Amino acid sequence: MSTVAVPTMPWAKSPQDRILGASFLFAAIVFAYFFVAATEMKGKLAYAFIFFVAYGVITSTFSFINRGPQAAKDSFVSTLVALGAVVTVIPIASILFTVLQKGLPGLHLGILSSDMSMATPTDPIPTGGLLHAMTGTLTLVVLALIMSVPIGILTALYLTEIKGKFAGPIRFLVQAMSGVPSIIAGLFILSAVLYPITKGYSALMGALALTILMIPTIARTSEEVLLLIPNELREAGTALGGTQWRTVAMIVLPAARSGLMTAIILGIARIAGETAPLLLLTGGGDKVNPNPFSGSVGSLPYYIWKSFNAGSPEAITRAWAGLLVLMILVLILFIAARALSNRKMSK
Amino acid sequence: MTTATLIPNPREISTEPRRSDKVFRGVVTGGGLSSLIVLGLIAVFLAYRGFEVLREEGLGFITGADWSVTLDESANVVESNFGLSAMLVGTILCSLVAVVIAVPISVFSALYLNFYAPGWLKKILVAVIDMMAAFPSILFGIWGFLVLMPSVEYWGKLINRYFEWIPIFEVEPYFFARSPFVAGVVLAIMIIPIITSVSREIFAQAPLDRIQAAFALGATRWAMIKAVVIPHGRSGVVGGAMLGLGRAMGETVAVYTVLNIVFQINWHILLGAGGNVASLIILKFGEASAYEIKALMAAGLVLFLLTLAVNATANVIVKSTGKSGR
Repeated sequence: MSTVAVPTMPWAKSPQDRILGASFLFAAIVFAYFFVAATEMKGKLAYAFIFFVAYGVITSTFSFINRGPQAAKDSFVSTLVALGAVVTVIPIASILFTVLQKGLPGLHLGILSSDMSMATPTDPIPTGGLLHAMTGTLTLVVLALIMSVPIGILTALYLTEIKGKFAGPIRFLVQAMSGVPSIIAGLFILSAVLYPITKGYSALMGALALTILMIPTIARTSEEVLLLIPNELREAGTALGGTQWRTVAMIVLPAARSGLMTAIILGIARIAGETAPLLLLTGGGDKVNPNPFSGSVGSLPYYIWKSFNAGSPEAITRAWAGLLVLMILVLILFIAARALSNRKMSK
Repeated sequence: MTTATLIPNPREISTEPRRSDKVFRGVVTGGGLSSLIVLGLIAVFLAYRGFEVLREEGLGFITGADWSVTLDESANVVESNFGLSAMLVGTILCSLVAVVIAVPISVFSALYLNFYAPGWLKKILVAVIDMMAAFPSILFGIWGFLVLMPSVEYWGKLINRYFEWIPIFEVEPYFFARSPFVAGVVLAIMIIPIITSVSREIFAQAPLDRIQAAFALGATRWAMIKAVVIPHGRSGVVGGAMLGLGRAMGETVAVYTVLNIVFQINWHILLGAGGNVASLIILKFGEASAYEIKALMAAGLVLFLLTLAVNATANVIVKSTGKSGR
């Protein structure tokens, strides 16, 4: 007769542990409820805060009695870091919820087919729409893309393929540039182009400022992607007799295609909701403006800003609807970028 | 005899790139340098436009607190006074409040993500936090104004009641709305994702052998973090915090919506009177005369140099920790 050793998992939770854990949770909830009722703290956040403190104290006391001071500290920190994660996530949950809740009433059927040229801030919601803002944002993004994608990708190529003597300073400055406040980019275009040369609002001016903000995002992401391309590919290209130009154009760039798309999409997401430079440069018209090189042009952020500052209840609802559309846009871009970058790099 | 014709003629080997490569290298170098040029141009143009004002005001542009223009009937400037100190103090105050609130929260959540969260939860949370970093600032601004501000004002009143003996929490007169504290909380929420992801990456680089060694010696998770992860990641977290500080200093729209701008130096963070260089530009731009625009450009230059210095320092710190890999 032989006995087979049954694997035991001493670290696994026994039913007793689970019951204890649940009762601590319950005790903390009850304590939080009575504590908030008894003192002058109020609101959901107070409940959450007291709950975490109570839970931390209860579990660490238990650990202290059972396993000593080290275990007590460990339990307390476990609760603390979980609290940190919860506090990080609460605002985003609140933002998503609020925008959905307040933005949905502002949506109507004609929102994408009419503009605000015939509507005043106090008109009921079904008049007017987002057409001018959507076309404006589209124009701005396309113009900014035309300018920033070549510069951004060339910068990344310089850093990864040529590795010239300016690579260090350029990498440093591109990183510094990603921290340039958006309003400064707006002021720069204002002082360097709008005042001395064009002297009028236009989509192009806004796009120039957005380009400055977009270049660092595209350059940095592309650089990371290009660094992931195995060196063997480059060597194979050279060994086949390709010049550097042919190797980069026909091997490296196609191999990095989906990563570069991710870089571009992240760049768009970076600028789609940018407000400050547009306030200085685009004028924010209420009509669809088909000419990107002159005349004031609307955009989603400007529309939200204008409606929000108009202050009437209808205008505030419009602002929320605009925010909802903008948020959905950013979410779609973000999910597309993640989907592309998660996919295996194809050849 | 036939073999002789098959042997190719000897030729010289050259490292000289072909013409196509020369063009390619030229174009790419040009593209790379253009970002360098843009950054230089920003400083040059803002300085050039703002020079007149900077010369007129001298050091008073930094130390003065008054920002006023008096015009006569034909819109000529009679008297102007541009001082940025109240706005600078306000900018620094708001962003410091933001960093002080955001750093502990970010470090805790980065630790949670790296060492506590189960795999599936970590994936979701990382995606959500990255997404939050991509949200436009106007979203934070309007949400902060309509949803967050009432709660934060209430917190401010509580802090004031129990900690009034600390000078910066004094409120006189009793006015809490739209204070630097409110702006700081909104900014904190905006920079938490940035600091979290920088800290998370730094913590993830903590050497695995030391982590395992700590556990093998019987360390609890917290003891391991204290002995291995925090010494490894300390300066990286400082760098991340400075990146957040730079972002907070340059934030415009979100601050403008929640901050009450007053041209007076105010160190009391709960009092509803603050300043912010970036918001000043938006506030004054609409009605500004040509001369005042120049003053705004000079203000922009100061902000630009300030954020550039903060960001450059931050990048150097983050980079050096990434490399050292103790």
